[in-house]
Amino acid sequence: MTLHIVVCVKQVPDWDIPPSSFKVDEAAKKVVPPAGVAPVPSQFDAIAVEAAMRIKDATGDARVTIMSLGAATARDVIKHGLAMGGDEGVLLVDDAFNSLDSNGTATVLSTAIKKLGDVDLVLTGRQAVDWDLGVTGTLIAEMVGAPVITFAKAVTVADGKVTVQRVLPDAFETVEAPLPAVVTVSNELGEPRYPKLQQIMAAAKKQVNTWGAGDLGLDAGALAPKLTLERLFVPVTDTKVEIMEGDTPEDQATALAKKLHDAKLI
Amino acid sequence: MPHGVLILAELMDGKLVPITQELVGAAQRLSAGPVSAMLIGSGVEAAASGITGVETVYVVDDPALAEYTNDAFTSAAEAVARQADPAVILLGQTNIGRDLAPALAYKLGTAVAMDTIGLEMTDGKLHTTRPAYGGNARAVNSFTASPAVATVRPKSQDPALGGSAGAVTKVAVDVSGSRTKLVERKVATAEGVRLEDANVVVSGGRGVGGPEGFETIEQLAHLLGGAVGASRAVADLGWRPVAEQVGLTGKVVSPDLYIAVAISGASQHMAGCAGSKNIIAINKDADANIFKAARFGIVGDYKAVMPALIEAVKKVKAEG
Repeated sequence: MTLHIVVCVKQVPDWDIPPSSFKVDEAAKKVVPPAGVAPVPSQFDAIAVEAAMRIKDATGDARVTIMSLGAATARDVIKHGLAMGGDEGVLLVDDAFNSLDSNGTATVLSTAIKKLGDVDLVLTGRQAVDWDLGVTGTLIAEMVGAPVITFAKAVTVADGKVTVQRVLPDAFETVEAPLPAVVTVSNELGEPRYPKLQQIMAAAKKQVNTWGAGDLGLDAGALAPKLTLERLFVPVTDTKVEIMEGDTPEDQATALAKKLHDAKLI
Repeated sequence: MPHGVLILAELMDGKLVPITQELVGAAQRLSAGPVSAMLIGSGVEAAASGITGVETVYVVDDPALAEYTNDAFTSAAEAVARQADPAVILLGQTNIGRDLAPALAYKLGTAVAMDTIGLEMTDGKLHTTRPAYGGNARAVNSFTASPAVATVRPKSQDPALGGSAGAVTKVAVDVSGSRTKLVERKVATAEGVRLEDANVVVSGGRGVGGPEGFETIEQLAHLLGGAVGASRAVADLGWRPVAEQVGLTGKVVSPDLYIAVAISGASQHMAGCAGSKNIIAINKDADANIFKAARFGIVGDYKAVMPALIEAVKKVKAEG
């Protein structure tokens, strides 16, 4: 039986910009992306797509749906997932989805997953690279009534079970759960594959369904935020670095060692 | 009426870990009513007396809780939360906390703020401050649901010292039927000083060019009685074990002295070391972001600087 995997991918402002170009509009409580820098798939979500593709390669019988909740431009990250080897896309876009908290986001995603109906495995990144909360995968699992395994560095599926190698700061774990299940994927899984030109061309022809709040039977009450953003700002650092002078590395090193000694740090 | 603050105590090898008293400290400073703790595991009741500065310690002790699983711990924590009925629940941003907190918040019909570094009661409501956008921004959140649940970054809060142990209340919960099953756990042991506990950390970034570049980093760490750290790029490339990764998705360290060698200072990395008391940057790029956070810096090639620094430190130490 064909395994149906859904990968949730978020479109975010490009994170790979110098910190000096990072700007926040404090009044709007929003990040202002530098001009000309296009939004990208959240890093860990692209790795979740890679995890899905590895399962597809290994089992030979899997269908992968790339799902994204966001603005109309989120179609681009769906197309990227389809170019990586995804089979079809679901774009969740509606004015009612504009300022959701994690609960609202997971409500929309889980409702769409339930609407698909036959989903065996949901993959998400361990956290989105904008808010860095790392809760959406777990909330989706709660909402669809499935077990969740977080921080995967390897995901395999066999015999109606998902087996996950988890990576933790001090340990490696192998955890398994019966399908359907939700798994969140960490960077240790490896780099996402780079689509070839013909895959990008093929992706353009793949089906992307667009669903709004009405299609999902969701009203404003179900999406009301439980966590409110009061303020978003860039922290100021007041450290002023003292650069060690010296014509040679030895002079610089000697100066630093003296400074560290005087400050009683060594 | 929800009242007080409930914290999750954590054990490692049967001993309470520092985050427990840090959470008690944070909870006390909120002045939001009595502070209680929950202790979840198997054979853990004896550790309850080590949690000080709390009124009550809720203990869920069950053989099925010997190893952490999301399902079983969520059930246990939910049962305690319903009995204690707190206004605020605090957990550590630890292996357990970051996995458990969202599920617990969902079960309680509320929301969670993850990885917070600031907690404050304003008009009787919890406001949390947390890094976002890879550490580039700070977000302040409040809650429209109750209880307010937050995970707290280790070492971001001063621990509560002293005070008396809480009265133990046992809570019986059916935690059987966990859908997730732990098949194997291998503890990654790093040699020498534990990175999170080290007073000195010497870290290397992608700029060292390869695993062999860590030779002088190891030497300097050893000389200073410190631990070796690495950037995420270095861990991802397999030059150093994941256990040494410092950053947003790795460990958070706050040593007295953090020496960043050939590390550019991406926000991702700074999220893990910004709490260090003194950051020293060695980088050949004078514009590298790391210098913005550093107290002292050397602009130069680490290959030349590190051997010279090791010699200079030896000399200074010898002279006392």
